This record gives sequence, structure tokens and C-alpha cells, in this order.
Amino acid sequence: MAASCDSLLPLILLLCLSAQAVDRSNFKTCDQSAFCKHQRELKPGQSPYRALLDTLELSDSRLTLQLINDNNKVRLLLELYRLQGNMTRVKINELKPLKPRYEVPDVLISDPITEALSVVAQDENSLVLSLGGKDQRLIVSAQPFRLDIVEGPQVLMSLNSRGLLAFEHLRARKDTASHTGKEEDKPGMWEETFKSHTDSKPNGPSSISLDFSLPGVEHVYGIPEHADTLKLKNTDGSDPYRLYNLDVFQYELHNPMALYGAVPVLISHSTDRTMGIFWLNAAETWVDISSNTAGKVRVIPQTDVRWISESGLIDVFIMLGPKPADVFTQYASLTGTQSFPPLSALAYHQCRWNYNDQEDVKTVDQGFDEHDIPYDFIWLDIEHADGKRYFTWDPSNFPQPKEMLQGLMDKRRKLVAIVDPHIRVDSGYKIHNEIRSKNFYVKNKDGGDYEGWCWPGNSGYPDFTNPEMRAWWASQFAYDQYEGSMENQYIWNDMNEPSVFNGPEVTMHKDALHGVWEHRDVHNLYGLYVQKATADGLILRSGGVQRPFVLTRAFFAGSQRYGAVWTGDNAAEWGHLKISIPMCLSLGLVGISFCGADVGGFFKHPSAELLVRWYQVGAYQPFFRAHAHIDTPRREPWLFGPENTALIREAIRQRYALLPYWYQLFYNTHRTGQPVMRPLWVEYPDDVATFSIEDEYLIGKDLLVHPVTDEGATGVTAYLPGKGEVMCFSTLNGFLSLPSLKYFLWVSHIPVFQRGGSIICRKDRVRRSSSCMENDPYTLYVAPSSQGSAEGELYIDDFHTFSFEVAKQFVHRHLSFSANTLSSRNLAPDSQFSTASWIEKIVIFGGSQPSSVTLKNADGTESALEFEFGSTLAVLTLRKPGVNAAADWTVVLR
Amino acid sequence: MTCVHLLLTLVFAVSLGTPVEIQRPRGVPLTKKQFYVENKPFTCLDGSRAIPFDRVNDDYCDCKDGSDEPGTAACPNGSFHCTNAGYRPMFIPSSRINDGICDCCDTTDEYNSGAKCENTCKELGRKEREVLQKMAEITKEGFLLKQHLIEEAKKGQQEKKSKVTDMQGNKKQLDEKVEVLRTVKETAEQPEKEAKERHLKAWEEQKAAIRLEKDKAKMAEAFLFLTDDEDGLLSLCISVSVSELQSHAELDADADGTLTETEAQGLMGGAEQVDTSTFESVWPNIKDKYHSESQPEEPAPVETPPDEVKEPVVVNDSEPYPEDDISEEEDEDDEDEDDYHEDDDKAPPTIKAPEKSHEDEEAMPPYDADTQALIDAAQKARDDFEEAEKALREMDDQIRNIEKELSFDFGPDAEFTYLYSQCYELTTSEYIYRLCPFNRISQKPKYGGSETNLGTWGSWSGPENNKYLLMKYEHGTGCWQGPNRSTTVKLTCGKETVVTSTSEPSRCEYLMEFTTPAVCQEPANTDLSPHDHEEL
Repeated sequence: MAASCDSLLPLILLLCLSAQAVDRSNFKTCDQSAFCKHQRELKPGQSPYRALLDTLELSDSRLTLQLINDNNKVRLLLELYRLQGNMTRVKINELKPLKPRYEVPDVLISDPITEALSVVAQDENSLVLSLGGKDQRLIVSAQPFRLDIVEGPQVLMSLNSRGLLAFEHLRARKDTASHTGKEEDKPGMWEETFKSHTDSKPNGPSSISLDFSLPGVEHVYGIPEHADTLKLKNTDGSDPYRLYNLDVFQYELHNPMALYGAVPVLISHSTDRTMGIFWLNAAETWVDISSNTAGKVRVIPQTDVRWISESGLIDVFIMLGPKPADVFTQYASLTGTQSFPPLSALAYHQCRWNYNDQEDVKTVDQGFDEHDIPYDFIWLDIEHADGKRYFTWDPSNFPQPKEMLQGLMDKRRKLVAIVDPHIRVDSGYKIHNEIRSKNFYVKNKDGGDYEGWCWPGNSGYPDFTNPEMRAWWASQFAYDQYEGSMENQYIWNDMNEPSVFNGPEVTMHKDALHGVWEHRDVHNLYGLYVQKATADGLILRSGGVQRPFVLTRAFFAGSQRYGAVWTGDNAAEWGHLKISIPMCLSLGLVGISFCGADVGGFFKHPSAELLVRWYQVGAYQPFFRAHAHIDTPRREPWLFGPENTALIREAIRQRYALLPYWYQLFYNTHRTGQPVMRPLWVEYPDDVATFSIEDEYLIGKDLLVHPVTDEGATGVTAYLPGKGEVMCFSTLNGFLSLPSLKYFLWVSHIPVFQRGGSIICRKDRVRRSSSCMENDPYTLYVAPSSQGSAEGELYIDDFHTFSFEVAKQFVHRHLSFSANTLSSRNLAPDSQFSTASWIEKIVIFGGSQPSSVTLKNADGTESALEFEFGSTLAVLTLRKPGVNAAADWTVVLR
Repeated sequence: MTCVHLLLTLVFAVSLGTPVEIQRPRGVPLTKKQFYVENKPFTCLDGSRAIPFDRVNDDYCDCKDGSDEPGTAACPNGSFHCTNAGYRPMFIPSSRINDGICDCCDTTDEYNSGAKCENTCKELGRKEREVLQKMAEITKEGFLLKQHLIEEAKKGQQEKKSKVTDMQGNKKQLDEKVEVLRTVKETAEQPEKEAKERHLKAWEEQKAAIRLEKDKAKMAEAFLFLTDDEDGLLSLCISVSVSELQSHAELDADADGTLTETEAQGLMGGAEQVDTSTFESVWPNIKDKYHSESQPEEPAPVETPPDEVKEPVVVNDSEPYPEDDISEEEDEDDEDEDDYHEDDDKAPPTIKAPEKSHEDEEAMPPYDADTQALIDAAQKARDDFEEAEKALREMDDQIRNIEKELSFDFGPDAEFTYLYSQCYELTTSEYIYRLCPFNRISQKPKYGGSETNLGTWGSWSGPENNKYLLMKYEHGTGCWQGPNRSTTVKLTCGKETVVTSTSEPSRCEYLMEFTTPAVCQEPANTDLSPHDHEEL
């Protein structure tokens, strides 16, 4: 939920009553943010910075060099690293800062592995470094200072080529110390006020900025979270994209305003190369994009990107690709990959603010069975806790939480309860008392415990940047600490931007203190830490056995390691349904694959048509959860008449049937960092027509989805990429082969296509929860390419523990079809796992009728398989091979 | 009826017991056993194809209708039959076979999942019989009560109908009486009016002479005050300018609160300045409104505040719940009337007061004896007429109320009549809920705070076959960003008339459960009450 209204908060209520959409005046524009305004006033031109080549120091893998600003003589220290996997790290800090500047911890999974850097040439104004393979060079120009990364004759990327490097050095306040600098004070440098809030800025100005030029690039993506197009827009005439985790009430579409999370990673793509820029800074950040091709024709395209942050230092990772998959691998090597969720987390989630009481939970649970709709998780929002004291239960509505959880467990289902980071200031509340006595709260600028208003009223905010605090927090999820909790209860962290109803921009004051650091320095990291500590807690409570599942609203680079994110408080509007696609695609590009939007829309009441369409979209997005605001009418799937119930049931069942594919993709992303939900250009990087597509996407590389997101639509026009690739339209019932690029009309079904050349494993026996389907058999859907071949994978494990990782207990099979022979081969010979699942059926499209089909088992035995051939659609169905899913086998068509 | 049949079959099933297990494929009900003949090809029940019998329940779906896999989860649309000896047999979707969850009380659905299920059929059967028995007792007693309710309602209805007829007869007489008294009143008022006018005219003439004198004096004073900047100058040089006149906002013609320059000029006949001689022509334009600065401001604004205070009170009483007035009118009629008159009396004095204060000094002389006599006579006629008219109005109201009550749909046999003008309360941990059937539902915080309207009577809204099972109350107090509150009342058979629970399943949509004998169905069974047989 957003900071909407609550009867406890008359002040907020007033504010909300007038707000139909976002109240923009609550949030800063660049002009209202002093550092952004000052930085943006600086226009491209000659950089005042000069590299002092005689200060060069080069160790094996690290090069340092001083830079001097000729205007004020302040020196900076430049560090350059060549990193394993075709990356370059550029760090710039003050040579002698007045006090240390914040360097973001806990985001990189380890110290990146460096590779040897060598100087290959040098003259009085430049230095050429070898970046290894493929004649890649890094050229350092001394005056004006700039960096160019080149490959052969081609410039891949330039830094400070527009002279926008700007580093506000720390300085003493004029009135307090003898200050030698000549810089004049600008308004907002030592204090700034927004609305009624004053930021005391005790450290004065500290912002940083750097520009990057990308010759040959017209398409850049990433830097979520924004409710905007997949392809980033030129920001010349507007505000820059803003990265500052905020609780935005009723957010607007198509603008660069900041939202709940921030991942400062930008991906560029052209037919030549895919690259990435990771700007590792957790302070308020603005990103300007300008393109020389906007409105022009026949120029050599170039995109310029400028990053501006309020504090910290410049620490940039340049990922040089060259292919999309390489950039994902490179970024994953820095910040880690998506956590591998328990299978049930990939199934359907039923949420509402709020399920009123245990009886309500029971009734809804029964409703799903009565209407034969599967679901795995039911969710409880803030009302479940006793007076919004998280880790407790409302005594009158949830007096017997274990009884409720046991009831769900008997149905092999689970529950998520919300635990937000704002802690009710209440001397009768154990959690508060402990945090206070352990001195774990964030402090205000005067050193007292920081307090702000949130759902419970006056609240404290634990300092999640403190590892001791996080360890304590994690310990609170132990079954003997969190009373009423059980192993089928998981956690949801909301409001962790953090949301402070009466704070500046509905968040924490920047001069609040986390130990020695200001909130200003750590702001965008706070949400990541909350989710990390919570996920750690869930792992701990199970003795390290069970995989956790934690949903978060705020996030940062690296958040993928801790669970799922959702796109926050959207609305029941067609535009919001549509924007869920680019929003989740953008997150997937920067590592966060487990993304979803509230199905149905959080605010407002969806029409039956919108709700059905949203289920059809949500079923094909990674995190699939319906959610609704407390003031909206009930909208469980069976409340919109039997026809709509049937359509929703069908959408959810498709999700369940495809769970083996989703699961395998999540295993894959956990291993490799390749996104689950992908823009088309990721798989078709040479097809320019795909570069701006955001109304259709791929799941993995084998399923193409073009959901219906328009009211009253009777069809969609799907772009089918790939030359001569066969695409199979897929529903649970029928398949149809189509050539590439075809107008396609469909009324009530979900336009999903299987790529020619792929094999997808499904479990077509849909049951009431994913756990009930654990041992069910698989059906293989084989869609051969135009050459008659296809391949796919099958991954199986216990679906919920870390055994796959710590004990290699899993099955990973490679399935391949060519020359009329389909076989299953072990991809991980050193793994072991026994499964009860077997192969129930094999469906092969687009072939001809065989005269016989033979199954060859690993032990050499052979048997004939019965088959059916549907000539209209050329579908061959092999009856009951019956082999175990973990076994080696071959099927030959003759 | 169904309940009893069920009981019988249960008894039958129990007595046959488990030893007699009829051989048939797993999951097939007895009624379909004939289609599954061992060692003969099985034809899908939809007739679509025939398969060897060993493919029945072989965990692969061959029939589109799922009929070849009654005992496995292979078909997406299959169903599994559990006998549930001791309880009632049922079908479950075949997706629930061997899913690790015990669905059939006889445990037959989990034969291969490792789930540890216990046979609970006997226990369930026993409990169900108990419940059914209890229900049957309640229904029986409730139905008897319902008969009384119907009788009383019919009697009451009859009475009310005849009362209306009587009253309509009386009303006719009253109508005539009112007409007669109106004529008497009008006859008496004509001479009264003439006498009063005579008296007034004489007095007006006398007053006009006095006023002329005063006016002259006032003009002179006004001219001096308006020329405030020129104090001390000789009268010949004295003039009044437009701007000076503008400082007197009370002269504002369009009452917008300011006297514009144009307006001021208009008052001064277009001139920028006037002197004493020309001021005489200006004076008539301004004298009615002119406030001398030496005089205190008239208390004119006083007349608005009392209205502002009063209005919301009045609105609150009537507007949100218009139905209230009607039901309560009978008791409060007199009071209402009194209130109304009080308002009438009070309002005019506040408006007239300033005028009176002017004219107090020159009060009208008392009427002469003849005039007074005429007035008294007319007043008596007026009083008589008004009294008769009031009686007529009251009667009209009474008739209307009864007719309204008679117009409600109190059920096929008027069995819900007794709920009319009653209220039933339920106290929860936080609130007191109050259901006044056919009127409104409200919620009041237990520990102080104002009442919230959860809806006023809308309609019966049960399913088509029995709409009297649900009541809908609508248009309650509005919700933030949401609908107006509304409540559905679910009626179940009970001996008592009580609200048993309330909940708010969706924001601002309430659900109330209410028991009443009025919905108890006739216990059609003769088996449970053998006495009936004997009587027959």
C-alpha cells in the first residue's frame, strides 16, 4: 500500500482527499533538488579537469592517477581496473576528502576479480591501456581529461567527453572555519527546504556527476523503476529520470518520476553491441539521456548519458558485452543472480488489503476449491497485526494463527504476512523495546531516535544498514520468537523506501543518521537491506534448509538475491496493465527477474474485462499475484459471473501447467543471470524492428507472449521475429503453426507462441496447488524448427530446499529432437535426485505421420509406442512413454 | 424433504455396510457400473471412441470426457466417486486424487500418495444427523410460530384496511367542515381588512407630515459628514466628491459589498462633485440607505447566523433518513407542528426588528373598539379554520402511513409484517449494530461516537426461487473513494428473531445474519413426526 489514508492520520487524509492521481507537488523536480539544479546548469563544454599523468601508479591490476580541477585546484584520485569478464571499473574520489565519502557496501557479491592492465602507449597528453582481447584499449586523455574505450578503430564509449565531470569536494562551512576556496556559495548548498521540510545539510555540497557518450547507439534501457516505456526517452526537454526510492501515492504513467525502487544500471543496445553502465551509488540520482538523432535523419547516431548523484563517489562498472547475454553475465558477476524461489512462489498468489479474519481466509480458501481454481499463497496485509505491530496477530480477528496456517498446510498451501520496517513506538511492544534498548533505531540529526508517521502512527525505523541490527531482525523470524508463525508462512516487506508519511517526499529526512552516515548516502539501499535481513531470517528459522520467499517494494542493485519485487500501488486501469510489461522487462534487464504487477490493479475497481485480461497477462509474468486496496469491492476470481470465472480459471491453469518451464527458467537465471522475462531484442539482437517493442515479450527464449492490453480488443497484431522460424500458437488445447509476422486475431484467449526449435515441458494435470503437482508426470511439447530440430531442458528438484545447491540434489535434462529422434540426456552427471515424475505424453508439431514409434530405454530395452496423428494441424501425439523423467531414453519416429 | 431422504439412504447404506463391496473400477459410482464391464472394450461415455478395458484407470487419459480414468488424476475433466459409507457419497474432481489431501471421508481418494488419511465418515455422519435433527426441530417450532405470525399479520392487515376505510369516511366529513370554516373565515376577514386599512391610512397621513420635518434636518447633517475632508471650510465651498460617497459601502446598489465609482457617480447624477445646493437632488437617492457615522450600525447581519445554526440540525433530522419521519410521525406529529410554528414566529421578528426600532417613537395608535371587534371575530374564524385543517392533515398522514405499511411486501403470507417498526440490536466488541427491518440499519461505536447509516430499506433480493431469504439495504453513509454503505441481510429459520452476526466482507458492504421464524419452511416430512400420521 502507498501512504494513502488512514483514520489515524487526519493530516494525511486531507492530503489524500484531493489526490485523484499522483500529487506531483509532493515530489521534487530537478529544479527543486538543489544539487540536481546546480549540476544541470553545467552545460557541455571543456572540462576543467586535467589528468596529472606524472602521478600514474600502476600495479598489476590497478591504475591510479590524480586529476586536478584547474578552477579550484582540488585534486581527485582516479582508479581504473580491468575486471574479469570484459568489464572496466572507473572510480573517482577526492584525493584528500575532508572526511570519508560513502562507498556503497553489500551490493557487490565480492571484490570483483581483476585482470592485468598494461600501458601500451603514452605521450605527454595521453595514455593507452590494453583491456585485453580483441584489441580493446582504454585511452586516458590528460587535458581536458577524458576516457575513451575503443575496440580497434571504433570508439565504444567515452567518459567526460562532454566535460560534465563535476565533483563537489567536501568543504568547511564558511562561517565556521577559515575557508580558502574561492567557490561562491549557491543557494541550497548548506541548507535546503522543500515544502515544510528543511534539510540541514551539515556536510554541505557533495554531489558528483559524469557523462558517458555512446557512439552508434540509439537504444538505451534500464535504470528502473519508472512507469515509462522500455526504451528510455530523451530527457532534454524534461526532467531527468530520477532514482530515489519513494512511496508515490497513485503514480502516473509515462514520466521520469522516481518510484519505489532504484537500480542504477543502464543497458545500451545496437546491432553491433550491447553494453552496460552500472553507476554504483545509493544516494539520490538523476539520469539525463540525450540523443543526437531525436527528430533528425541521416546522422551517425549517438546517445549521451549523464549521471548525477547527491553524495558518495563515482564508482562505475562498464560492461562491454558484446552480446546481451554477456552483459547479463557481467552484471551477475558483480551483484549476483536472482534467488531461486521455492516452486510455489512461482504459482498464483491471492492477496487483498485485507483478508479480514481467519474465517475470511478459510472462506476464500474454500472458494478456490469450490470453483476448482488453483492457488498456492493467500496474503495478509497490515490489518492482520495487532495495531500494526508487526510480528503479532490481531487478537480478535486472528486469535489462532497456527490453526489457520495448519488449515492451509492441510491443503498444501501457504500464507504470506506483511512485516514492514516502521516500528510502532509503544512501550508495550516487545520489538520496539528491544530495538530501542539495543540502540538499533535510525537517529535524527540531533542524535535522538528518528521518529515518523506511518501506518501504526508514530514509528521508529530500525537501522538496517547496521549488520548487528540485521542479524537481530533475522532472529525475530525464529518460530519461538515470532509467535503463531509456521513453516508455511512467508513474508512481505512493504513501505521500505522507507515510507514516512510526514517526511520530505513521504520518506526519511536526508540528515537522519545511520551510524556515521547520513540517510542521504544510503537512501536507495535501505529497502534492499530490509529484504535481505528478512530473507536471512527465513533461512535461519529453517536451519538453513528452506529457500525463503520475501516480496519487497523498494529495491536496489543486488535486490535480486533476496526475493521478488512488485511494481507497487498501480491502479485498475488499462494503461497500468499495459505498463506492467515494460516495467518488468526493465527490471529483468538489470537482474531482477522475479517481478510482477498487482493483478487487477491496486487502486480502483476493475471491470470484469480488465480483470480477466489482467489475469491473462499476470499468468505470463514472473510474479503472479492479485491484490486490491481495502476500499475496493471484493474481487476474488469467482465474483464476476461464471463466464469470467471460467476465463480466469483457464488463465491460472495455464500458469500451473507451465510451472515446469518457469521453474527451469528461474533455475537458469539463478545460475546465469539471464532474465526470465526478456524483451525481443535480447534474443533477436540484429532485428532492429524489435528494439522498441514493449507490448510483447519472451519468457525465456521459447515462449513469445503478446497479451491483450486494450479494452474491447478482439485481436492483437503480434510481431513474430526470426527468419523462417515456425511459431506455434499455444493454448492448453491446441496448436497452430504460423509463419513469421502475421496479423493474428483472437478473442478470449491469450496469444502465446512457442518458438520453432524448442521443446517445452509442462505438467498438464493441474491441481489445487503446485505442491500437489510435485510428483505428476510431464508432457513434452516439441515444436521443430524449419530444419526439423528442437531442444529444451527439464529441471527437477525437491522444489523448496537448498539441497539442489548444497548437495547437488536435482535432475537437469537436455531434450533434443533431430532427424526424427527425440532423446533425453543428463546435463549434470554429478547431480543426483530421484523423482516419481514420468513422461506421460509427447506432442510433436508440424511433422508427418510416422509408421511406427519406438521407445529405447537406457537398459537397451525397446518398446513400441502408440500414437495419434491429427492431420489438420499436423500434431503427433505419442501415448504414454511412461519413462521416469530422470532417465536416459530415446524415441525414434519411423 | 431431501434431508429425510438422505437419512434413509444413509441408514440403508450403513445397514448394508462394508462387507458387500460391489466390484467396479475405482472411482465409478454404482449407477455407472454397468458401463465398465471387465474384459470388454470400454466405450467412452460420450461415445467418442472405444478402448481396451485395460486402459480404464491406467493413468493415461484416452477419453475426451475423462470417463476412462474415473480413478486416476489423468484426465483434466474427470470426476471421482467416493462411497463414503456412513456419510454421504460424493464426487470430487479427479485432480484431487492422490494429491496428498484427504478429500473423501472414506480415504479412497488417497490410495497412492502417502497421505495418512483416517476414515471419518461415521463421525461425520453422526454429526450431520445431529445437526439435521436439531435443524428439523427448529424448523418445526419455527414453522408453528410462523403460522401465528401469519394469522396475526392477516388480522392486523384486515384491521388496518377497515381502519383506513373508516378514516376515509371521517375524512370526507372533515373535508366538508374545513370548507365551511374557510367560508366563515373569509367572510369575517373582509370587514376586518377594510377597517384596518382605514385606520392605517389615517395614521400614515399624520406620519408623513412629521417625517418631512425630520428629513430636512437629516440631509443637512449628512452633507456635513460626507464632506469629512473639508471640515472647517465655509459652507459655500463645501462639496461632496465621488470618492467620499464611495466610503459609504451601505449605499452600494448591486449589494456586491463595494460601492464602485460608477455606482457612486450614478447616485450623484453623473457629477464628480456636488455642493449643498445640488445635494438636494442627490439626497433622495441615498437617504434610505445612508448610515450616519454618528449612528450605530444597524444589527442587520444578525439575521443570518441563527439560520446557519438551525439549518444543519433540521437537515440532519430529516434528509438522510426520510423514511424515519414517516414512521415516527404518529408520535411526534404535535411536536413537529409546534416546532414549525415556533420557526414561523421567530423568523419574522429578527427581520422586522430594525424597522420597528425606527418607528417605535412613532408607534401606530391602537385600533378603535369597532375595528378591534372585527379583528377579534376574524381571528376566531381563522383559529377555527386552522384547527380543522390541522385535524384534516393529521388524518391524511395517518391514512398515508397505514397505506404505506400496507403497501410493503411482507412476504407471500405477510409473515414478515411483525418486523415492521421493530428494531433488533447486536453488540460486538466495537459496535452496536441496529437492524430496523423495512427501515434502516445503523452502526454505532460502543464507546461513544456518531452513528453510521449502513443502508436504508431497498428490496428483497434473494434468489429467484425465494427472494425472501435476503434483504438489501442501500444508500447508507458514503465511503471515502468508495460506494455508499450497503448491507445484505441473510435470513435463516430460527425460533427467535435475532441478529446473529455482522461482517464487512468488502469495504462498506456489510453482511448481517438474522434468524426469524418467518422464513421457516414447512417440515414436509411426515417421518420425523409420526404423530401426524396418527392424527391423519
